[in-house]
Amino acid sequence: MGLLSDPNRRKALTGLLTRLNTPICGMPVEWLVKAMQSRGLEVFTQSFSRKLPFPDENKERYMVRGTNVYGILRAPRAPRTEALVITAPCSPGNTNNQAVALLLALAQYFRNQIYWAKDIIFLVNEHDLIGTQAWLEGYHHTNITGMEYSPLQGRAGSIQAALSLELSSDVITSLDLVLEGLNGQLPNLDLANLFYAFCQKLGVLCTIQGKLQRNDWDTAEGYTHAAQTMMLMVLKQACGRSWGDHGLFLRYHIEAASVRGINSFRHYKTDATTIGRLLEGMVRKLNNLLERLHQSYFFYLLPSLSRFVSIGYYMPAFGLLAVILLLRALDLWVHLGAPALAAVDGVTEPSSPGVLTVLTPVVISHLTGVALYLLPVHLQEMAVEHFPVSETEAVVLTAIAIYTAGLALPHNTQRLLSGEGTEQGWKVLKLTALLYLAVLLGCTALINFSLGFILAVTLVPITASITPHMPKALYAVVMVLLSPAFTILYCVFIYQELIEAPVSVSEGWMLFLSVISQGILDHALYGSLVYPLLALFIYPCWLMFWNILFWN
Amino acid sequence: KTVCDLNLSSVLMNSNLVHRADSFFLATKMAAPLTLLLIVAVTIRAVLFRSSWAELISERVEVVSPLNAWKRVVEGLALLDLGVSPYSGDVFHETPFMIYLFHFVVDYAEIVFMVSPDLVFCLSRFLTSLKQKYALESDRYPADCLELLRSPKEMFYIPLKVAMFYLLNPFTILSCVAKSTCGLNNAIIALFILCTLKGSALLSGILLALATYQSIYPLTLFAPALLFFLQRLYIPVNLRRSSFWFFTLQYAFIYVGSLVVITGLSFFLLGSWDFIPSVYGFIFSVPDLTPNIGLFWYFFAEMFEHFRLFFICVFQINVFFYTIPLSIKLKEHPVFLIFMQIAIISIFKSYPTVGDVALYMAFLPAWSHLYRFLRNIFLVSCVLLACSALFPVLWHLWIYAGSANSNFYYAITLLFNFGQILLVSDYFYAYLRREHHLTHGLYLKKKDGTEATLVLK
Repeated sequence: MGLLSDPNRRKALTGLLTRLNTPICGMPVEWLVKAMQSRGLEVFTQSFSRKLPFPDENKERYMVRGTNVYGILRAPRAPRTEALVITAPCSPGNTNNQAVALLLALAQYFRNQIYWAKDIIFLVNEHDLIGTQAWLEGYHHTNITGMEYSPLQGRAGSIQAALSLELSSDVITSLDLVLEGLNGQLPNLDLANLFYAFCQKLGVLCTIQGKLQRNDWDTAEGYTHAAQTMMLMVLKQACGRSWGDHGLFLRYHIEAASVRGINSFRHYKTDATTIGRLLEGMVRKLNNLLERLHQSYFFYLLPSLSRFVSIGYYMPAFGLLAVILLLRALDLWVHLGAPALAAVDGVTEPSSPGVLTVLTPVVISHLTGVALYLLPVHLQEMAVEHFPVSETEAVVLTAIAIYTAGLALPHNTQRLLSGEGTEQGWKVLKLTALLYLAVLLGCTALINFSLGFILAVTLVPITASITPHMPKALYAVVMVLLSPAFTILYCVFIYQELIEAPVSVSEGWMLFLSVISQGILDHALYGSLVYPLLALFIYPCWLMFWNILFWN
Repeated sequence: KTVCDLNLSSVLMNSNLVHRADSFFLATKMAAPLTLLLIVAVTIRAVLFRSSWAELISERVEVVSPLNAWKRVVEGLALLDLGVSPYSGDVFHETPFMIYLFHFVVDYAEIVFMVSPDLVFCLSRFLTSLKQKYALESDRYPADCLELLRSPKEMFYIPLKVAMFYLLNPFTILSCVAKSTCGLNNAIIALFILCTLKGSALLSGILLALATYQSIYPLTLFAPALLFFLQRLYIPVNLRRSSFWFFTLQYAFIYVGSLVVITGLSFFLLGSWDFIPSVYGFIFSVPDLTPNIGLFWYFFAEMFEHFRLFFICVFQINVFFYTIPLSIKLKEHPVFLIFMQIAIISIFKSYPTVGDVALYMAFLPAWSHLYRFLRNIFLVSCVLLACSALFPVLWHLWIYAGSANSNFYYAITLLFNFGQILLVSDYFYAYLRREHHLTHGLYLKKKDGTEATLVLK
């Protein structure tokens, strides 16, 4: 009754785990194919290759090649229209050596059951996210990221849900649930509830963001704990990368979550059998679904696994921030309209500033943004020739250099414009920039709320209050400290504080550089939108306000 | 380069047609900024045509509708080449004239779509010449209203502004790059307005018939065109006068006759009456409920079959209904009436796209003198700007991410149409208010000497 009550199966699982305890170089494709075939699955492989725009620290090479292996367990009675996916990334070394074993044990157990109504695909992918992306693109016949892959030979119908396993040891103390996907997309909350329900039923300790839940909600410590958990989720969602292999499934409208086993210093350990039973329960529940998960929320924040903050609570907070910008814009509009009545008295004020005074800073700011987006990757060979840095460092340092060079723009554009700075000019520019920022933040918050909110919190106060008549040195420093790049730096430090691994300034700086390179890489490899949004829209908008500060 | 020459030659040709010396002077003085504008507009369109964005734009539902998508034109052409009626299969909903036009110029489609906007701003010249009439009659108005009238210097730049508003409008650029036939429909309507303002009733009637043949809604432009000709020929609008009926019957005869001839020609082109249910039946009965920026799709997706006919009638009558009250109110101002009618058609038609919106927005600079009476312009601009940005975002969230649903997209559609309606009604209020000031004086005082406020009832 249940998984592994049969002693023979338990022995087989232990044997597998022992064998997989030894580190594996690369992926044992033939062994996996044989193992899956012996368990009665239809096995197929897919090879893929991808040229990285620049080698990152993990891969250390330009070209990444790999093979995905997947086996399909056909549903015995139902028509083959729907499927579920259970995936375990196969990374070299010890990082995920037990998950594949658990996958194979599950496959063997599932094969003997008759209640499956959907096909189950057991996927073992190489190179984590790149392999998953190649498999998904092959499955759905799309090519959105420029990956080269061999077409999939076997298919199983439309995928309803997916689970990703990450297990590094054969006994664990707790299971961590990872929900944040690419571009801050989240699976349906029902999936998180499902996981939590099964953890409670089987008595497994479960965490979210690596933090345990507390039961004292009304004390101050309980509240801060929940707030910290929620802040961690906000920071993870804002950076727009997929924090587990499940993140790439969400883009194809497949509800997916990652389950990560954590082995820490506790007395009570859970063995692989219980994890298997938990996964079996979850997969059986997903098997019984009549339609895709859509009943619960897609937009939420989790301060713990048993409580959530829905969009109806957090969106008004953002709305109020955006209203500040709109009210300031309305105020400027009224002031700009007022001189039309004062002009009757014969005040010698030009009726409206030339379009060129407003258009020039806008165009130049956006050209700088385009430079920030395109040049770091394209100029890396030139930078590596002239400076003793690696490619990754070249890309990141070029980005930072262009960002800093943009700060010098206002002084130069004013020289070009032959002293056209009028009182009306900066007001019109500020009106345009405020409306632009409001629309931009609104669109960002709809797609990725955390990113929109963090940008709003740092940008709205200073941009709403900036005028050329303030003490320039002080406000220049404040503006630079609240610019997007520094926001990323603060987020890095806050994140490290919240996961209880605080870093020193130099380590934080190295982390910041790696975050930038990861952001550029994510955009090139998976289509993450954070880097182009910041470089092409937020940074030019910030530059326009910087221009206003230095309006002469 | 050839396109630029085409455009420039059409511009110069048109300027030669004008038989006023001062207009010729205006044209030569404006040639340089106009050419610059044309070069910029053509460059933007050419760059976008060649980039990978062209395919993306031609599939956006806000830019193309089932009536004017290029994909469907190609489909219809393919069916025609195979000898099958292009209207079989409910894919193609263009008129036979359109299919034969593209049969011959399909290789030069991009050039055709780029030349058609020029026709729109050629008419702006004649709007200017019309407005000059006001300046000459300044002695008719009270003294303090002189500031309400426009000086020739202000009106000098209106054609350039109209051209800029149309050619550089992102809506027009998107519509052109998507190769939507909406641009050609706009060109026909612009030519119709041009001929009406020039005073040629025959050409105006023929072009109006062509515009009605393309999509039925320009039928409502019959009334303003008629009013314009009556005003121009100094025939008073009096139902008892025989001269009124004489001219009306003449114009109606030209219009209906051309329509009959064009429809008959279409029959002979394709040899069957298939195009009537496919084109006009499609426009009226709205069977295709693909989301667009209009108001029909969501409503009829939720509608029960039992009530469908009733609500179709209600929605379609809504487009034609405003003609009579507006004609009565604006019978002395037919040019503004044309603008209002075009705006109402763009908002309430069954398959609107951003190209229709761009057409009436191009005429806004012609009424820049109403700016001081507009009350809601900030709100309207913010709403239209925000909605244009939110359309693709909410489409992505609905169709691709699966996190939103059709309600989100329809909310933005409703907000966009609300913004447009507010814009049109604001301009209507401003126009009426200016007319009131012109007759009663600018700084109105109540009987006890305090300043009066005007309320639109």
